Amino acid sequence: MTTTAAAPAVTTATSTASGKAAKPRRKKTKLGWNLIGLLVFVTAGFPVYWMLNTAFKPAKDAIDPNPHFFPTEFTLDNFTRAFQVSDFWGPVGRSLIVSLVVVVIGMIVGLLAALAISRFAFRGRKVVIVGILAVQMVPLVAMIIPVFLLLNDLGQYDKLSGLIITYLTFILPFTVWTLRGFIVNIPKELEEAAMVDGCTRTSAFMRVVFPLLAPGIVATSVYGFIQAWNEYLYALMLMSQQNQTATVWLGNFTTKQGTEYAPMMAGSTMMAVPIVILFLIVQRKMAAGLTAGAVKG
Amino acid sequence: MSAAETTTAKVPPTRQAPSPGSTGTPGKKTGRTSRNGTAAAPWALLAPCLLVLVLVLGYPLVRLVTLSFQDFGKSQLWGFKETTTVGLANFTKLFSDGEFWAVVVRTILFAAGAVIFTMVIGMMIALLLQKVAGWVKILINVALIASWGMPIVVSTTVFKWMFDTDYGVLNYLLDKLPGVDMNGHNWFASGPQGLAVIMLLVVWGAVPFVVITLSAGLTQVPKELEEAARLDGAGAIKVFRYVTLPILKPIIVMLTTLSLIWDMGVFPQVFVMRNGHPEAEFQLLTTYSYDKAFVVNDYSGGSAIALVTVLLLLGVVAVYMRQMLKIGEVE
Repeated sequence: MTTTAAAPAVTTATSTASGKAAKPRRKKTKLGWNLIGLLVFVTAGFPVYWMLNTAFKPAKDAIDPNPHFFPTEFTLDNFTRAFQVSDFWGPVGRSLIVSLVVVVIGMIVGLLAALAISRFAFRGRKVVIVGILAVQMVPLVAMIIPVFLLLNDLGQYDKLSGLIITYLTFILPFTVWTLRGFIVNIPKELEEAAMVDGCTRTSAFMRVVFPLLAPGIVATSVYGFIQAWNEYLYALMLMSQQNQTATVWLGNFTTKQGTEYAPMMAGSTMMAVPIVILFLIVQRKMAAGLTAGAVKG
Repeated sequence: MSAAETTTAKVPPTRQAPSPGSTGTPGKKTGRTSRNGTAAAPWALLAPCLLVLVLVLGYPLVRLVTLSFQDFGKSQLWGFKETTTVGLANFTKLFSDGEFWAVVVRTILFAAGAVIFTMVIGMMIALLLQKVAGWVKILINVALIASWGMPIVVSTTVFKWMFDTDYGVLNYLLDKLPGVDMNGHNWFASGPQGLAVIMLLVVWGAVPFVVITLSAGLTQVPKELEEAARLDGAGAIKVFRYVTLPILKPIIVMLTTLSLIWDMGVFPQVFVMRNGHPEAEFQLLTTYSYDKAFVVNDYSGGSAIALVTVLLLLGVVAVYMRQMLKIGEVE
């Protein structure tokens, strides 16, 4: 009982401790580590930087045999060109619809299931948990053939609704699992106290658990949204050219004549920056949730 | 850590006592059950989820298995011909195909390489993060999270650009090294080299998750234990080997198995990098199965390959699940 209550406290305590961990160390070695650290930073960040760098420089500079590593000239021409290559807002709109609907369905259905496996004791509970965990491990690629045939049979091929159904295959297990991690970390005592004070179980959930769970729900939704937005294979296979989604849209820059790299980097920037920013915002919360869910302790 | 895990396992039964008639639903839908609702309530909550999963995952999984024992091509898809069961024919054909075995070996080597690099580099960066100053730590974290958040298709496109034959920045940089002539070097002329680039891309995308999870794990290693080992005369390597590593082992096993599962399923990276038509030398099990099904229109042949992939993964999944059960997560 008490350990569940203690769990969140432990995680916060340790995360603050880590910040001060490496204080008393000799200056010289510290400098060496910092230099290596900066090297890691440059290496890990370079692809992202190079995308932005290419996107904002004139197309002719992008194919300069002596590339400029620091921006000299700033232009938005590549973005203009990216909009011209093919319809941009259509694919983005479709991706938005699909991702939002998938997240809403996933959250409602997933929250119910997560509550069931984290707040109720019943026979077969363990089987369900193991099942949901195992289902996450099935590689999506392996399922593409039967899913394609299934949608074909249902007349859902090349339809957004078909894509939405398909995306639930990976969004739903993920949602259940992550929300479960968040719920487990909310002490049951709070709910029980509310019920002792006369709340019904439902109102105890609504008044006590739900407000505490809300940040977790938001983070899980955003994360699920990102996953749905980034999906490529199903979007490519299950939608035709004129109904393509945002990730597939990026392929339009490569034609038989070659690849227009600078506009393609502009397109990549438009695709990635909003997602990366969303990711930066929820990542902290998610990492806490994931550690709680996946490797609690 | 594991002590805390096992105690949580005992919690659920105790809280059943004060349960009144109504069940805890999240308000959007207030499902009410009668007095004996305790047993039915969780299943009622689970029902929509299980229903969706059976439809979108269960059915296709079954279909995948049955397909691989059938003859199913374009004419069956369009209904010109009846689907016929052919027994093990797809598999015997597959197993006598030399190219298939080459693909299997390539996939395993690729996944193993990617996992080893991901884990080693991830561990080194996680350890490094403990040594560096706060601002360096923040910089590294931002770079890692940004690269983690990049859509795979976008990062693949960026890598394609960086490794471009004529204008790629990598060729330019490597050419600057003394005695290296990389001018106009085509990274994708040969399979192994091209796959090495793709492996680099996979590792670059996978390292952040490993670093962040391992960093969280490292904060759980009691400082007193490391201190004690150091006082007993253990060097940095020995402290890592005998103190840190054993404590991190559950997380490492989990991360390794997860990475292996993910890296066996690599698809867009190869597919996009090779403009949708990976050459024979670039085929992995996933792209091979895709090609069989959607390029050659041999859906049953493709399913057989996909099934073999899933079966290959089952062993890894088993290890992963065992680990999850062991650390008491699946209580």
